Amino acid sequence: MLITQLKQKDAIETLAKGKTVIINCHGCKEVYFPEEEAAELQKELSARGDVTEIITRDYICNPDNLCFQLQKFMDKINAADTVLVFSCGVGVQTVAAFLENKRVFAGCDTCPLPGFQGVTPLEFDCGQCGECYLNYTGGICPITACSKSLVNGQCGGSKNGKCEVDKNMECGWERIYRKLEKLNKLDTLKFQTKVRDYAKPFKDSQNAD
Amino acid sequence: MKLTELFQRGEFVVTAEVGPPKGFHIDHLLHEADEYLKGRVHAVNVTDNQSSVMRLGSLATCKALKDRGLNPIFQMTCRDRNRIALQSDILSAALFGIENLLCLTGDHTTLGDNPQAKPVFDLDSVSLLHMVKKLESGEDLAGNPLEGDAPKFSKGAVVSPCSDSVDVQLAKMEAKVKAGAEYFQTQAVYEPEKFIKFMEKAKQFGVPVQLGIVIPKNAGMAKYMNANVAGISVPDSMIEELQKDKEKTKAGITGIEISARIIKECRPYCQGVHIMAMGWESKVPDILAQAGI
Repeated sequence: MLITQLKQKDAIETLAKGKTVIINCHGCKEVYFPEEEAAELQKELSARGDVTEIITRDYICNPDNLCFQLQKFMDKINAADTVLVFSCGVGVQTVAAFLENKRVFAGCDTCPLPGFQGVTPLEFDCGQCGECYLNYTGGICPITACSKSLVNGQCGGSKNGKCEVDKNMECGWERIYRKLEKLNKLDTLKFQTKVRDYAKPFKDSQNAD
Repeated sequence: MKLTELFQRGEFVVTAEVGPPKGFHIDHLLHEADEYLKGRVHAVNVTDNQSSVMRLGSLATCKALKDRGLNPIFQMTCRDRNRIALQSDILSAALFGIENLLCLTGDHTTLGDNPQAKPVFDLDSVSLLHMVKKLESGEDLAGNPLEGDAPKFSKGAVVSPCSDSVDVQLAKMEAKVKAGAEYFQTQAVYEPEKFIKFMEKAKQFGVPVQLGIVIPKNAGMAKYMNANVAGISVPDSMIEELQKDKEKTKAGITGIEISARIIKECRPYCQGVHIMAMGWESKVPDILAQAGI
């Protein structure tokens, strides 16, 4: 999942130069979009600058949909100096490709939001590494539960069970160890040294594990 | 000289540590090494951007020490380099005649003075050891053959005997031994009884262990480590000892006494000592003398 955050107000103000058309994407189920903050900021921009249109749609990342949705605004878009897009990074790229002769700017920064739809965000996450380690680790993911994504065990940085990076975060490998201990399966950790394959998940290969 | 040869000979192996400066002038470091370490320790660790603070490189400093007749231990962390850069630096070390490696995962980038840096961790301490072993067999990690003779190192690793999760540490230690670790240096020990208990379990792996010593400089440092440094806990009685006579502590005498006492107590249970002086290199000779080494 993704979170889109508004860029700093002064950064956005320097982008919105000349006649500006704003495109908001209220997105899809994968994205958290700050609707109220965006509306407030755009109201300020309109009061101060030359915002000629505010368009709010969804799924602008789909090129056909985008083309269809923008049809009736094309006159204003063609007359604009700047198109400012409030969406995830994919949405901005799609608009920039579609309006290839326009200055298209992003009003948001896009950040990953751990977790998947239907799962409480922040609780469980999948790194989509393409070589699932969960069978070695008691069902706790070392890629996402360990700050360093270590696959061969705990580093020396845990103190009182907490991670060196974030004292509020439990050490993922300590969780893994305790879970296997509870299952009486500590032998599971006696695996051959693991070396991650970063060509996965995009390489077409079978994981023997 | 490889550390493994010394262990095989039955020597109580003594090593110290130097931290390269944040700059490229190492006259001071070399002077201290000459003055206080040369002839007194078997080898000198050179830290690799310790605590994720950007400094002069470990490899270059190792070379400079070697040129001065010291025996360097090249510390390598996995934080800043992917497997291509690590392997390349290992070959460079072989070219320079460096014979000892210490393989670590490394602190996270966010702990250091360039917290915006990309944390690499392509490998970790275990897979790094495994990779060195592969290079020693004449091929790189991907299985491509090396030209000419394969390099050969004495491969070291670290472990935290006084960690609050020592069982998890022992599991990792076992993984490191399996991956090729031939000797261990430990995190700082202030509780000999915990270390001795740890050694009872660790001896099953049949790999020599060097007791880790960080000279306690004052009570503030001890408290700081208790609150912030993983795997270290300084007992209250020791903190009181450091507080008792402030002048004596300031002069380093208390720290020397404590360090020597810990070494004496633990010596029968381990195969060497590694002293992390952190700027107090000048105290190393006194510690060794008081510990009877």
